[in-house]
Amino acid sequence: MVKDVIVVNNVTIEYYGKKSKVLAVKDVSFTVKEREFVSIVGPSGCGKSTILRAISGLILPTKGEIYIHGRLVKGPQRGIGMAFQNPNLLPWRTALKNVLLPAEILGGNLKEYERRAIELFEIVGLKGFENKYPWELSGGMQQRVSLIRALIHNPEILLLDEPFGALDALTREELNLVLQKLWMTEKKTVLFVTHDIPEAVFLADRVIVFKARPGKVIHEEHIDLPRPRTLDMKTSEEFLRYVKSIRDHLGLSYKV
Amino acid sequence: MSRTREITREERIKAIISGYFMPTVTLALLVGVWETICRIFEIPVWLLPSPSAIVARLVEFWSLLLYHAYVTFYESLLGFFVAVLLAIPISIAIAYSRMLQNTIYPILLVFQTVPKVAIAPVIVMWFGLGLESKIVIAFLVSFFVIVVNLTTGFLTAPPELINIARLLNAKKTQIFLKIRLPYAMPFFFSGLKSAVTLSIVGAVIGEFVASSEGLGYVILAATPQLDTDIAFAAILMLSVIGLALFATIHVLERIFVPWAFRETR
Repeated sequence: MVKDVIVVNNVTIEYYGKKSKVLAVKDVSFTVKEREFVSIVGPSGCGKSTILRAISGLILPTKGEIYIHGRLVKGPQRGIGMAFQNPNLLPWRTALKNVLLPAEILGGNLKEYERRAIELFEIVGLKGFENKYPWELSGGMQQRVSLIRALIHNPEILLLDEPFGALDALTREELNLVLQKLWMTEKKTVLFVTHDIPEAVFLADRVIVFKARPGKVIHEEHIDLPRPRTLDMKTSEEFLRYVKSIRDHLGLSYKV
Repeated sequence: MSRTREITREERIKAIISGYFMPTVTLALLVGVWETICRIFEIPVWLLPSPSAIVARLVEFWSLLLYHAYVTFYESLLGFFVAVLLAIPISIAIAYSRMLQNTIYPILLVFQTVPKVAIAPVIVMWFGLGLESKIVIAFLVSFFVIVVNLTTGFLTAPPELINIARLLNAKKTQIFLKIRLPYAMPFFFSGLKSAVTLSIVGAVIGEFVASSEGLGYVILAATPQLDTDIAFAAILMLSVIGLALFATIHVLERIFVPWAFRETR
């Protein structure tokens, strides 16, 4: 029996906006199993990012609880790697030095971290770019660096907040393959937030569908496609059936 | 797959020509036109001295002008240094305290809009006719620019990156030294560039109000005597001081934050 790594139990999150209290998510519950890849998909304003921040412990739920490995989340969690739409690389550091930033903060054997970093550079296809500065890298390359920075300290959980949202369609597909490869070699528990339904289906073992205002889980779709997945699968009947099912669920919530 | 390529020799020469050569030629032409107009129309020296007349006076009174230039240079640089020394801790305090952001910072912003020229006579009354009052005015004019720039700089680090650091249990000093401080550096330098030229303005304003030395004093003493060429010689020296200080900071910026230049290329 695979254990639950993340348990989100009846979580409601409100925060103070400029004029009024905003209800970001309401009574959200879901779980993520060990080494599972779960995508969260939903329209903007559905509180996807808020949920990620709550799981990381950077914000606390107004109501409900979040558990990681059965322990209640009360503050910033160690053992979590995060990446965002903006790669957020430090412009004065080389790609390698950017990846090593978490290692420097944590302390410990930098040489060992560096060896791991070089391995990760190879996995994501950035071998030879370790000493380039961010401005010398394309958007897609910067995002790869950001992904391996999230992994350098070997966290168990990876929280990805629309990491490919700003990339062009072709680069995006390329990075989907890179992320799948990373996940298959690194075996992390991944929670991946996106707007893009095919992307969510392509990457995930399970897709959680959110509706907006307030954010709520309206559907879960198990994706039983074989791994490793290839871009050809995106036009297969099975794949399209998953996409249609999720789209139909989202469509229903649009009408409400 | 590399996107960068070495710049060729011709391109570099072209860049140097468009960067330095053209402005220099333009300046030379303008000075030439000025000289010619003064000569052709026989404009009296007291109304508008020709460049050659200014240079002649500059040579004639060189040691005297150099002394006054030194006084103004000393006043503005000292005021500037005090401004930098005070601005750094204050900006850090403002950046790190929500309370100061809501109390001190708005007051500073409002005070920045007060024309410092207007309070110069009061400063002279408080600090006397000597160098002190000029240093205080130079300090006042340059201080706010640095604080405002530096505070903005400390707050520009992407919050997501700060969050990544917080998830790693980063200490406040680690976040400051590895993330916030370097991010603030380009803002700090742009503040310094504005401040250093303003500090000269401040010193000259102080000298205008009341003084017995400095280039501001020279200008003020020369014009009623219709020694306009001496006034212009003093103005020329002020510009040279300003340019030299600005260039110094520009070079320091290139050395300490080279990435800020490359990023925008």
